[in-house]
Amino acid sequence: MEAQEWTRLAKKAVDIREEVVKMIYRAKTGHIGGDLSETDILVDLYYRQMNVSPENQKDENRDRFVLSKGHSVEALYAVLADKGYFPKKDLETYSQYGSKFIGHPNNKIPGIEMNSGSLGHGLSVGVGMALAGKMDKRPYRVYVVLGDGECGEGSVWEAAMAGSQYGLDNLTAFVDRNRLQISGTTEQVMHQDSAEERWASYGWNVLSIPGNDLYSIDDAVDLAKHTKGKPTVIVANTTKGCGISFIENKAAWHHKVPSEAEYQEALKELAERRATL
Amino acid sequence: MSQAIKKVVAEFLQEAGKKDRDIVVLCSDSRGSGAFGPYAEELPEQFVEVGIAEQNLVGISAGLASCGKRPFAVSPASFLSTRSMEQAKVDVAYSNTNVKLLGISGGVSYGALGMTHHSATDIADMASIPGMRVYLPSDGPQAKCLMKELVKDTDPAYVRYGRNAVEDVYEEGNVPFVMDRATTVREGKDLTIIACGEMVWQAKKAAEQLESEGIHARVLDMYCIKPFDGEAVRKAAEETGAILTVEEHTAYGGLGSLVAQLTAREHPTRVRSLALPDAPVVTGTTPEIFKHYGLDAEGIAKAARELVG
Repeated sequence: MEAQEWTRLAKKAVDIREEVVKMIYRAKTGHIGGDLSETDILVDLYYRQMNVSPENQKDENRDRFVLSKGHSVEALYAVLADKGYFPKKDLETYSQYGSKFIGHPNNKIPGIEMNSGSLGHGLSVGVGMALAGKMDKRPYRVYVVLGDGECGEGSVWEAAMAGSQYGLDNLTAFVDRNRLQISGTTEQVMHQDSAEERWASYGWNVLSIPGNDLYSIDDAVDLAKHTKGKPTVIVANTTKGCGISFIENKAAWHHKVPSEAEYQEALKELAERRATL
Repeated sequence: MSQAIKKVVAEFLQEAGKKDRDIVVLCSDSRGSGAFGPYAEELPEQFVEVGIAEQNLVGISAGLASCGKRPFAVSPASFLSTRSMEQAKVDVAYSNTNVKLLGISGGVSYGALGMTHHSATDIADMASIPGMRVYLPSDGPQAKCLMKELVKDTDPAYVRYGRNAVEDVYEEGNVPFVMDRATTVREGKDLTIIACGEMVWQAKKAAEQLESEGIHARVLDMYCIKPFDGEAVRKAAEETGAILTVEEHTAYGGLGSLVAQLTAREHPTRVRSLALPDAPVVTGTTPEIFKHYGLDAEGIAKAARELVG
């Protein structure tokens, strides 16, 4: 990735984080920590790697994306609005009475392929999408973003078995490895280490990267594309709440809503970040 | 003649699959139980084995459907309706994916294998999910008519049928079938017996016995639990004044509940429900279990006499 391209994506990541903070502050609800940790993954996929756009949303060869950690939907909404799937103004209805913009993805919203919210569903769905691609010899690729806490669900591992059984090299999963979940660290709640060894033992190609680094994310996706015969999991070692200092790496910010002062401070930090780019 | 519904369904899909490569059958180590061995042999590219993993079975099916496939997910009804109920709710019904869930070896088909293998709650489980249709065909010829409809449409559905051969209620090639409308198996004016699945044949036999005693029982085959044919029930209440429901399912949230709700609302009527108990069922073969709980022709006739007497 060229430096200029990196700058373009880094600016997008600031825009998305800003929109996430505004949406959650306005609605007084949302999963801010996970939104901010996954933002860079979404930015690389939606603005560089995936062939998806409002124009090709019915195209059978479009890439497929499933947000298995569905509670981090605000960042996805921000990306889809910015890409033009629906007017940005619609985000103002997020979580409001009668809005279709609920707190988890649903496919009534343009750009969203599958409903999620209950954890442990997305990877199986991604396996099905990738299998369909193989059956029909279509060139599309399937991307699934999982939370690390989510990997406590047994169904994730059922899907992991099937992914390697069927050699789904058109399937790439991200684990947003921010090491926190509602009740504390993943290692306290139910240990996940070594996530890399677990996935490798299930027959997946495993890449472990700094998960908020756009260069690393992009390189990993490229590597996944060139890996044949098995699916790839990218263990993205992220920082929960990434980009806003007082939210970073604190379990309490899983779904905390910023106060007025915190809101202003968050916007200020994001503006300062933008100024450096 | 008697035949197993599972064989009829599997053979139907094998023929349909040869003409439509988007038809995909998925099994959870259940191809033998579901009679899908020959399908898997002939159409390996349209067959997916997921192993013993019912949640994954349904999730993968939803993913396939979202990419244009027409998946049929096959697993014992006991596991499909409970272990993967959340996938049925979220990935299939809520996401509105074109997945057909085939609950094989339903009800107490597994006989002495016990409660783990009985699906006595699947009507309640599946019918309570918004957007999920529920069907319990009563015999092979009707199952074929149902499959012809399901293979064409694009909405989610759950179908439950048994493991063992059942007597044909209808004549092959001459099945009075209208999609989502109860079938009148026989007319009658003294009461209506409403049954579904394997209970329909038992109800028909009971009605024949009652006829010889001068009791004219109407028999309705409510194979379509959801969408429910409320009109047929209302008419039965109005015209016959008493209803006996028979189901291979618990009384909680089953056919009897649906009938009682409808009649209470639209035409209050005496309704009696024959169902499985709110407990693990007695050990035995399927016929022994039916007999034990009065779900065989004899038990149904006895309950009918009491109701009209």
